[in-house]
Amino acid sequence: MNREFYSKLIFELSRPGRRGYSLPSNGLGTAVNLPDNLSRDTALDLPQVDEPTVVRHYNNMSTNNFGVDTGFYPLGSCTMKYNPKINEEMASHRGFKSMHPATPAVASQGSLMLYYTLQWMLSEIGGMAEFTLNPFAGAHGELTGLMVIRAYHNSRGDVKRTKVIVPDSAHGTNPASAAVAGLEIVEVKSRPDGTVDVDDLRPLLDDTVAAVMMTNPNTLGIFEKNIPEIASLVHDAGALLYYDGANLNPMLGVARPGDMGFDVMHINLHKTFSTPHGGGGPGSGPVGVRAGLEQFLPNPRVVRRPDGSFDLVSSPDALGRVSATLGNFAVAARALSYILSLGQEGTMMAGTLATLNANYIKESLKDVYKLPIEGVCKHEFVFDGLADKSTGVTTLNVAKRLLDHGYHAPTIYFPLLFHESLMIEPTETESLDTIDEFIAVMRDIAREASETPDVVKTAPHNTPIGHPDDTEAALHPVTTFDQLSTTKD
Amino acid sequence: MLRRIGVKSLDELYSDVPESLKLKKPYNLPSSQSEKEIRDFFDALGSQNRQLKCFAGAGHYDHYAPAVVGSLISRSEFLTAYTPYQPEISQGTLQYIFEYQTIMSRLTGLEVSNASMYDGATATAEAMLMAVAHARRRNRVLVSATVNPAVREVVDTYARYHGVVVDTIEAVDGVTSREDLDAKLAAGDVAGVIVAAPNYYGIVEDYSGWADACHAAKALFIMNSVAIDLASIKTPGEWGADIAAGDAQSLGMPLSFGGPYLGYLCATKALMRKMPGRIVGATTDDRGNRVFVLTLQAREQHIRREKATSNICSNQGLMALYATIYTSVMGTKGLEEVNGLGFSAAHYLAEALTETGKMRLKYPDKPFLNEMAMTADFDLDVFFAKAMENGILPGVRIDKNTILIAATDMLTRDDLDSYVMLVKTM
Repeated sequence: MNREFYSKLIFELSRPGRRGYSLPSNGLGTAVNLPDNLSRDTALDLPQVDEPTVVRHYNNMSTNNFGVDTGFYPLGSCTMKYNPKINEEMASHRGFKSMHPATPAVASQGSLMLYYTLQWMLSEIGGMAEFTLNPFAGAHGELTGLMVIRAYHNSRGDVKRTKVIVPDSAHGTNPASAAVAGLEIVEVKSRPDGTVDVDDLRPLLDDTVAAVMMTNPNTLGIFEKNIPEIASLVHDAGALLYYDGANLNPMLGVARPGDMGFDVMHINLHKTFSTPHGGGGPGSGPVGVRAGLEQFLPNPRVVRRPDGSFDLVSSPDALGRVSATLGNFAVAARALSYILSLGQEGTMMAGTLATLNANYIKESLKDVYKLPIEGVCKHEFVFDGLADKSTGVTTLNVAKRLLDHGYHAPTIYFPLLFHESLMIEPTETESLDTIDEFIAVMRDIAREASETPDVVKTAPHNTPIGHPDDTEAALHPVTTFDQLSTTKD
Repeated sequence: MLRRIGVKSLDELYSDVPESLKLKKPYNLPSSQSEKEIRDFFDALGSQNRQLKCFAGAGHYDHYAPAVVGSLISRSEFLTAYTPYQPEISQGTLQYIFEYQTIMSRLTGLEVSNASMYDGATATAEAMLMAVAHARRRNRVLVSATVNPAVREVVDTYARYHGVVVDTIEAVDGVTSREDLDAKLAAGDVAGVIVAAPNYYGIVEDYSGWADACHAAKALFIMNSVAIDLASIKTPGEWGADIAAGDAQSLGMPLSFGGPYLGYLCATKALMRKMPGRIVGATTDDRGNRVFVLTLQAREQHIRREKATSNICSNQGLMALYATIYTSVMGTKGLEEVNGLGFSAAHYLAEALTETGKMRLKYPDKPFLNEMAMTADFDLDVFFAKAMENGILPGVRIDKNTILIAATDMLTRDDLDSYVMLVKTM
């Protein structure tokens, strides 16, 4: 990352008549001869730029950005692992890259086998009977999983189950996914350590509940010890238990959601299986189900025929279709490459090492940052700001000061259980050297907060840009270059 | 490390997990593979696929992407960043999304674009949810029978679980029936109307007066298009649409057997605050720079939680970058030329295939861009098998006798002639 801001937009580099492409001729012409009333009338103003201009523009623009390849990215709840380069090459492997999604199964056995292999591996890791790779992201997986649950209840004629119980500490997508799936949300309270209060849950479970959604470990990084009891309560009430796979990483090699009693789950391949986050996407949110629910998975499903070949099937019992294709194939290819490189040995160790790193950071900093929940955490933990609150230095200030030191900030102000939440997730792919340097910087910032608090309060100082005016952005939204030009005039 | 934590073993880190839940044996997975072995595995798997000359479309097309697109996409500062939560160190992502929003707004002719969606089908489903949320009490949506069936199935699925009623507007002779639209709008309970341009059969339909009819019935007019086509065909903005939603895979993205692709969602300024997903806005920083931030977040799921009308919490960042770089390097002329090559190839092919006497346009006299439905006099099962043996993916089968054939800038005159020769042997 460069500390100088490269501020241009491609539209400002456009010069009439410049071009950066070459196309073949098919000898049949390049004109579109549609009737006038069906043709585009308004002139289309796209940049006119040559190739070197485009290359320099985006290369310079990229240096405004911080990625995992730039430095440590302890963004809690996002599992920002290092993304091995071999996975990128496999994702654009020439044997797969140009395959049209409508290619008949007989000509796409390689792609289908890749899908099937990953589905099988995820089932093994999740303790589930079958996975679909169709959902495009974690939130899409949640939505798909809840549709599976509704399809299951509906198939039994049990149509009055319209509620979903979600802990108050849940990721915001949980209630939002439930709302989109047409379910009513009931919140269950957390105990002070963030775990679900079983006594509070029990009276909520009746024959109108379709599902209980949980993250385990929860958003505070605490394992829900009572999960066997919760699972049996949920099942006794006729509801299903949904596993939000956002926090699956620490459970790798330790325990499987299926064995904990979960019926439906999703996995974020971009978290647990290290596919790059791409500035916000593409991700992938495969959904797994226990035996007996497979027929409700979305169409189409990839299956293995008795003769060993692979095929696509659609079922009338399925919840319907959540994607036009089989999902983000190239993301699945990266995840498969990652699992193969870790192998049995590596996958068995990954969760434990992530947990080791998180606890090491927590114990190294808890004298200067406020640790609201003592004890062993899993892959992540939450501080409630600095231990010494008298300086007026907030979690936001600490986060911004970290940027000056070449670190991405942790997740801040989530979960909502504490006022000054600072959520740190190191993952297993960081070395002890990196982690020790991070600890030293966090301690320096804590010292600065008491010695020279203004330096922290006015951070960042050493980033490509300063503090943006969010209020102005929301009050007078300018979302395109055309609006920007109009505003200027 | 264990000493500092105050535990004696790695196992002790999991003392809170009941023994009964712990894995009793390692995962049944292969042992760790070296890079070379992974490469060999993918080579072997890839060789099980047949690399075919692509005449298939149905929403996703085989276009040439200039080398510069793939090269810039792999910049790891773009690739390995997450959602730009910290604008001070994420201007790269925010800048290209702002460029992307501008380009999609210009392509669709609508004022506002979000930062992108998963794919065209889910973007269209989100547009449907948007229309229903906008209409408040009305929850019926009309979808034209000429919209791609896969898109319709996704819209139907979202609608069914969300409690929205979807009705089909009938098609007559490959185009949406205006009479049926008027009849169904007359009930007065329609929140939105979804049509496609070009439609599933490749036909560019005439939607003159449709926006007015929808607006008179207080329904939003939603158009689903293949993004690159909008450089040449009349735009959703010009037709008077309120929302444009569709797939932008056609803007430089590889086919990759289904994804990742890119969904776009654009709307009039009046609907900006009802849009799902992320939106990037321009502002200034305390040093006087023009900078970019995620904005209007009060719309989003992490704020609204159970009151949310969409659960989208990301965008297709990297795929939006594909589209931005592709459209920048191609420019208006390049996009028009790509469409022109597809147009000329498709029309040449349609004519030559008709001349064989063995195939004919299912909807003759209807204008099309680069894709057309053709009816065959021969057994399409046999034809597909034979074509694939000859290295050709001949299209997408839409019923017993009909095949959807697409042509793009990737096809040479020889490729087209080979297709015709093949049909002659049937």
